[in-house]
Amino acid sequence: MSAAEEVVAEGHERVEAVPKRAMTLGTTTSLVVLAALLIVPVFAKNFIIFQITMLLIYGLAVLALNILTGGSGQFSLGQSAFYAVGAYTAAVLMEQFNVNYALTLPIAGVICFGFGYLFGKPALRLSGVYLALATFALATAMPQLLKLNFLEHWTGGVQGLVVTKPDAPFGLKVSQDTWLYYFTLAVTVAIYIFSVNLLRSRSGRAFMAIRDNEIAASSMGVNVALYKTLAFGVSAGITGVSGALGAIAVQFVAPDSYTITLAISLFLGMVVGGVGWLPGSFVGAAFIIFVPNIAESISKGLSGAVFGVLLFLVIFLVPHGARQVAIVSQQLLGKLRK
Amino acid sequence: MTQAQLAQGTSPLLAVRDVSVVFGGIVALNGVTFDMHKGQILGLIGPNGAGKTTLFNCLSRLYQPSSGDILMEGVSILSRPPHKIAEIGIGRTFQNVALFPNLSVMDNVRVGTHARTSSDIISDSLKLAWVRRSEASVNKKVHEILDYLDLGDVAHTVVSGLPFGTQKRVELARALAADPKILLLDEPAGGLNHEEVYVLGDLIRRIRDDRHMTVLLVEHHMGLVMSIADHVVALNFGKKLAEGTPAQVQADPDVIKAYLGSKDQ
Repeated sequence: MSAAEEVVAEGHERVEAVPKRAMTLGTTTSLVVLAALLIVPVFAKNFIIFQITMLLIYGLAVLALNILTGGSGQFSLGQSAFYAVGAYTAAVLMEQFNVNYALTLPIAGVICFGFGYLFGKPALRLSGVYLALATFALATAMPQLLKLNFLEHWTGGVQGLVVTKPDAPFGLKVSQDTWLYYFTLAVTVAIYIFSVNLLRSRSGRAFMAIRDNEIAASSMGVNVALYKTLAFGVSAGITGVSGALGAIAVQFVAPDSYTITLAISLFLGMVVGGVGWLPGSFVGAAFIIFVPNIAESISKGLSGAVFGVLLFLVIFLVPHGARQVAIVSQQLLGKLRK
Repeated sequence: MTQAQLAQGTSPLLAVRDVSVVFGGIVALNGVTFDMHKGQILGLIGPNGAGKTTLFNCLSRLYQPSSGDILMEGVSILSRPPHKIAEIGIGRTFQNVALFPNLSVMDNVRVGTHARTSSDIISDSLKLAWVRRSEASVNKKVHEILDYLDLGDVAHTVVSGLPFGTQKRVELARALAADPKILLLDEPAGGLNHEEVYVLGDLIRRIRDDRHMTVLLVEHHMGLVMSIADHVVALNFGKKLAEGTPAQVQADPDVIKAYLGSKDQ
């Protein structure tokens, strides 16, 4: 017995330095961020409001990828395909079938969940870089699939579809942009909370168990095939909702808006935000929206090169992305308080 | 010993019947048969390559035997996929610790309860009342097991930072969380020092007695097997060499020749 105690004591000394990994922000920080987001439209111009709306929308798409990669350990370079399906679902339903914009979101989510789940089935046989390649193929195929002749009647073919921007309901006297912002914020907060719940639940633990060790996970009773496809489904579903919101915000869908470049941007957003850290998704989204603009303001001709240098700096200085910044600043704050 | 004798009259909890495994042209297991009775600690010994781990992986359904059958409480387990083994009460640990390195000790053990709980992604996302109740009972059980194995102090520590001996206990805790009837331990003494091995021996016996389990112990460490097993099965080159009490097996000339004998040279 005494020896057992010794072993524990020994272990205790050595592990003290390991920080507890959290998936989320603390309650106080979350509330401060939410409050800031709620009052932004009071000060900001419509264009800024639109950009923050897009930040939330891309943030959701990055969050979806984060659940797949950070949660279940599966790579995807095909998120643009799910985003496109979501966007087209919303656009076609609103413009061809006069469905209310708010209703198109859950429909897009369900359709993309099914699409992702089905795609996840054959993808089960692949892992790591091979899975990344298979999803890459999906992303490359999607714009051309959307241009198919027999779909043109609904999708508008190469021309795409123009989407009507919704007005604020109940006669509220706010601009369309402001209303859409609050609508997007509500959807984002809801999905964020659901995602945090999911990752902290039995299902989320099954995802992470698979990510860390598939054989051990299945010995514990985790149906590896089921949870891997579920992760694909959930990720695709959230990406679909984000795509639908994107279509409504941009008021336009066209096949070439959803190329592999979008998929890579989302992947980049995930890495910059910190893989597996959900709040980082929105930091990553801010990076992929604003940094190209910053790069352009530095040099018009060489904006791509400047973006590259900035990206390189981020990866070099904070390889674990925004999560690392958050951990370091938390430690600094802790020291200051002492 | 007495427990094993008491159990002789009843039907075995786990029956390995004429199991053979062939990889390509190599016969890893050749017609192995033995019974495990409730409450037993059965030691499976044999030199390297004797087929111990192969048999172990057949039990946890990672390998499919080429012939023969494995019966748990009289029912064949061979039609079950690996993830449906935990629910019939077979839990295991791994030879080289297979924890979930990025998860905390607590989450590792929580995953152990997976087979004993249910949920779906929608209820989990919405954190419905029944999910919260289920999680509360999971947490209670996990805390009980962590306290039982003296892991309470490291409950929230990420396992990859823990020393090897502690990680092995976490693995044991994870296996216990599934309420197994049979605990399969694959070389639990591997990588432990002399003193830790004896602590482990006590622990295995304590788990068997307190939690009414049956233990299959695959082990290289003869001292450990001989001191805690009720019944020993010795394998060599995929065949069963001898079976009996530790004393009987230790005295068996074939075993001495194959295993203990080779150790002296």
